[in-house]
Amino acid sequence: MAVSGTDRMVVVPKENYRMQRVRNKTSDLLYSIFRYALIIGISFIILYPLFLKISVAFKDKQDIYNPTIYMIPQHFTLDNIKLAAQVMDYLPLLANTLLFVTITTLLTAISCALAGYGFARFSFPGSNVLFVLVILTILVPTSTLMVPMYLHFRNFDFLGMIRLFTGREGINLLNTYWPSMITAATAGGLKAGLFIYIFRQFFKGMPKEIEEAALIDGAGGFRTFARIMLPNAISPLITVILFSFVWQYNDTFYSALFMSESPLISLKVASLPAQANQLIPQLMGFGSNSGMKADPNYVAMIVDTGILLAIAPLIILYLFVQRYFVESIERSGVVG
Amino acid sequence: MRTLRLSLKSRRALLGLAFISPWLIGFIFLFATPLLQSIRFSLSNLSVAPGGYVLDFIGLKNFKDAILVDATFNRILVDSVGAMLLNVPMILFFSLFTATLLNQKFKGRTMARAIFFLPVILASSAVAAAESAGLINLMGDISAVDTSAEGGASFNVVSIVRMLNDVGLPMAYVDYIVEAIMRIYDIVSSSGVQILIFLAALQSVPGSMYEVAKIEGATAYESFWKITFPMVSPLILTNVIYTIIDSFAGSPVTEAIYQTAFKTQNFGLSSAMSWLYTLVIGLVLVVVGWVLSRRVHYN
Repeated sequence: MAVSGTDRMVVVPKENYRMQRVRNKTSDLLYSIFRYALIIGISFIILYPLFLKISVAFKDKQDIYNPTIYMIPQHFTLDNIKLAAQVMDYLPLLANTLLFVTITTLLTAISCALAGYGFARFSFPGSNVLFVLVILTILVPTSTLMVPMYLHFRNFDFLGMIRLFTGREGINLLNTYWPSMITAATAGGLKAGLFIYIFRQFFKGMPKEIEEAALIDGAGGFRTFARIMLPNAISPLITVILFSFVWQYNDTFYSALFMSESPLISLKVASLPAQANQLIPQLMGFGSNSGMKADPNYVAMIVDTGILLAIAPLIILYLFVQRYFVESIERSGVVG
Repeated sequence: MRTLRLSLKSRRALLGLAFISPWLIGFIFLFATPLLQSIRFSLSNLSVAPGGYVLDFIGLKNFKDAILVDATFNRILVDSVGAMLLNVPMILFFSLFTATLLNQKFKGRTMARAIFFLPVILASSAVAAAESAGLINLMGDISAVDTSAEGGASFNVVSIVRMLNDVGLPMAYVDYIVEAIMRIYDIVSSSGVQILIFLAALQSVPGSMYEVAKIEGATAYESFWKITFPMVSPLILTNVIYTIIDSFAGSPVTEAIYQTAFKTQNFGLSSAMSWLYTLVIGLVLVVVGWVLSRRVHYN
């Protein structure tokens, strides 16, 4: 807004000055109306699919063909949710997924924090080259490594040790949690390079004196890290844990590759439409061979409800932590 | 107790190596080794045997097959790169614009931010797949979805095109804008992380700079181009690279590579495809990085 400097303001006659203030005020007002219109519009675009799903989840079957209903159903029902939960086998599925995702997230956070600290504070031969290699792991598409990784975990044999001791060819780790656990614990999981980068930037910005003081007081390297550096790194930790959790929860790439038969929500959701088509007639009391097909609109409703059930834990989580999420990112080292 | 006498410097170096050792082990065994193996695979014919696999060296045949023989691969690759070139500027523009908006002070800012970052949480290829499949159920088959989507949207598009044409914009721009409007949901939902990065950058611009500019009589427009833009420009490069990589992650090319490996069991061809793909991405990144880094302002 064009505010003239103090020396010029003296020259402006009083009426003109008042005029200008009015003009400024109207343009400010217009701008803020424009801003709100834009923000509300974009928010609507983001929230609309979600509202639609929530509406569908509580809608009764007889409301499907009623064109007068917009969003708020006339006949509320929990049947859709029950049926979708039945099709997905929801509660065991959710418990299993949460356990798996929590463990991999914690392993990722620990290993990436260690690596980030190592790269930020120590210089050893080749440390810069190695950090360039961290960046390389971000850049190379995961599909390039897909086939060798698959074969590697199919006959897992670390340095030939299994063969040495038992004489057997490696063990098949596919469809167990081990492949994901191993990659997470060695900072090689989903977008781990990015997390190492975030931690490194954060630790680089911390004052060196803290560590020196700890060193003089007799704390070793790992104690300094665990007792002093990590408690101060809350904001990058929250960022990494949140991102890692969410990406792991939604991941289909690694889970389809290593654990295609395991009960995980991301895999279940992808196959939900086929499942719903197959199971709904049975669950509604028709025999599997009766050739009955469920109403496609009804199946679509159940699929939508199932998707809502799948993303509900993330939304609930987000409601609680969104504040930290935004703040921590603003403060942590994403900027570089 | 006698310990090995080491200078402080080498003790620190060993400690540093200890800190990165989990990553280093993972890197060597789960990144570097597979990377080299996949080069070998791409040059060989791989057949799965009971206790592992057998490799027959066949030179560049897999690469030739991927480009010349495979019915769809080169088309999918070109399409993905084209879509990426369209998407990146749109996502970048939108995220910078949104970040500037969200950085201003207004009532309900916290809520607006929470909503704008929701897509980061909800972006899931599984959900997208289920949704489109659900739609197919509803419509009969996939062609019905296409035609109905076009039928539904064409009215709006025509009116937009007319309006913009009347204003006197060149057709190329009109095309681009229409494209952007048609895909507004995709753009909004794939720019969450970029908004966060820009927002963080905007917060690190010292407020005193804006005050000085204001006192000097700069308009909001001027201070955006003279202060905000140069200050966030290093992050534009970061965001471009992030967006390019991100747009490749769930692309049809990845799907094609996966199908080739695990449906047709042609692991060699799949490796060759993924290497072609990696090379294309690498090339794009180098070109974009080179062009942008000459214009970026570092302080």
